[in-house]
Amino acid sequence: MLVFALDTATPTLVAGLARWTPDGAVEVLAERAVPSGNRHAELLSGALTEALGAAGCALADIDAVVTGLGPGPFTGLRVGVVTAAALADARGLPAVGVCSLDAIGSGARTVVTDARRREVYWAAYAGDGTRTAGPGVVRPEELAVSGPVVGDARFAERLGADVTPAGVTTAGLLGAAAPQLTDPPSAAPLVPLYLRRPDAVPPTSVKPVSQP
Amino acid sequence: MTEPLVLGFETSCDETGVGLVRGRTLLSDALATSVGEHERFGGVVPEIASRAHLEAMVPTVHRALAEAGVRARDVDAIAVTAGPGLTGALLVGLAAAKAYALALDKPLYGVNHLAAHVAVDELQHGELAEPSMALLVSGGHSSLLLVPDLAREVQSLGRTVDDAAGEAFDKVARVLGLPFPGGPPIDRAAREGDPAAIDFPRGLTGPRDAPYDFSFSGLKTAVARWVEARQRAGEPVPVADVAASFQEAVADVLTAKAVRACRDSGVDHLVLGGGVAANSRLRALAEERCAAAGIVLRVPSPRLCTDNGAMVAALGSRLVRAGVAPSAPDLGADSSLPVDVVTR
Ligand SMILES: [Zn+2]
Repeated sequence: MLVFALDTATPTLVAGLARWTPDGAVEVLAERAVPSGNRHAELLSGALTEALGAAGCALADIDAVVTGLGPGPFTGLRVGVVTAAALADARGLPAVGVCSLDAIGSGARTVVTDARRREVYWAAYAGDGTRTAGPGVVRPEELAVSGPVVGDARFAERLGADVTPAGVTTAGLLGAAAPQLTDPPSAAPLVPLYLRRPDAVPPTSVKPVSQP
Repeated sequence: MTEPLVLGFETSCDETGVGLVRGRTLLSDALATSVGEHERFGGVVPEIASRAHLEAMVPTVHRALAEAGVRARDVDAIAVTAGPGLTGALLVGLAAAKAYALALDKPLYGVNHLAAHVAVDELQHGELAEPSMALLVSGGHSSLLLVPDLAREVQSLGRTVDDAAGEAFDKVARVLGLPFPGGPPIDRAAREGDPAAIDFPRGLTGPRDAPYDFSFSGLKTAVARWVEARQRAGEPVPVADVAASFQEAVADVLTAKAVRACRDSGVDHLVLGGGVAANSRLRALAEERCAAAGIVLRVPSPRLCTDNGAMVAALGSRLVRAGVAPSAPDLGADSSLPVDVVTR
């Protein structure tokens, strides 16, 4: 089946097209990885159109949409998730969501990405790619890592470990989506992995405007 | 294509609105709101609103299509609020609208939320007279607009220099122990009160003040001081009188300035919009003063005055009919989009 994949959980948005077969084989036909900062909303639809063009496909050819559900900075993350939901809805396609960290690197590893506020999103994986811990959000100094670390290399010093730079890939997204792609109608609803509650504190009382 | 079928998305604050309009005919106006989730915070929490928009988006599109009895692929164009508003909230609607436009291969119009508040009146009262004056008042905006051409030219004559009128309602409601949002409970409480009981200040109404700008911060503080003084003295607070007198001060300033702007500009049509336009005293006083000044007043029903998707679709329809070019694919949101940018 032909799968449209996208992710906006990191500063580099990913839009790709790939052919997926139930034996798990993934053939990536086109991929755009666009450094977007916080301009995901502006750049995502263009990247999707480019990926379609580069793969020589039309939207009518697509059989499923896969999206990263984060964790990632909320505003950018939602752009990708709502785009996947709307694309799938408009075309009557199944939409499959995966943990974005699952789509970074391969094999035994710890994945770290920027969670802002001097923290990282992280998850750990066994040799066969199974997630063994996470996803979580933590200060890098408090993350005990063993084995290779991949992801955002800017955190190497604070982790006290080498970090091999790596980002979300189309192949990684499809790999993580495989269990759901075998039976797309069973896919779970697209719910972002926020991992943090909204910052909001109810006011305790009405502040007086004048002093007695 | 004589009458374009337009799908509109609105997510600038806490209402997820999706509406369908054909020409100037309202087909559906589906709404989901997160207002209840903000109540205990006394104001809209942007992150809570954004999360709610994402959750509600596709189901709200489905309701809008079902109510209108049309299919997504029948749509001729898509319109979305590109600003002003809360950035995170705007981006959910914007990304959704862009994805539907891409998937359905339809043109996309990123539109100005304030102009959409004016456009919605065309769904109820027919083509807008041009030029018209528009007074838009809500929790997020208080603006006086001159509208020579709704599709291409909207001018800002005045706006609030501090709080939006709706914010003042929320804060005064809080001081009086009334629920959030403050507009409806103050309106209700005021019905039993005397609007002349307390002479609250009318902001920016002096001879040297900007004639069309508004200020509600001083009024809000004056109400709070008055109530506190009562409480300190151990006297009961006459909630109905305070509500009525506060509401009178707001309605007085808004309508006086709107009528003056009409006179000064030689405009004889005034459109009200925004959530505060649902306030019964504002509507009554506007009617009274417009009638006296020979101005035709147009006020959409309360449901269409508050934020909704149909207003965005209504403006989109106007843009399609006027032959305005659609937005570029890299359309983004602008939380402080100037009012003179009707579409971007
Ligand atoms: Zn509004």
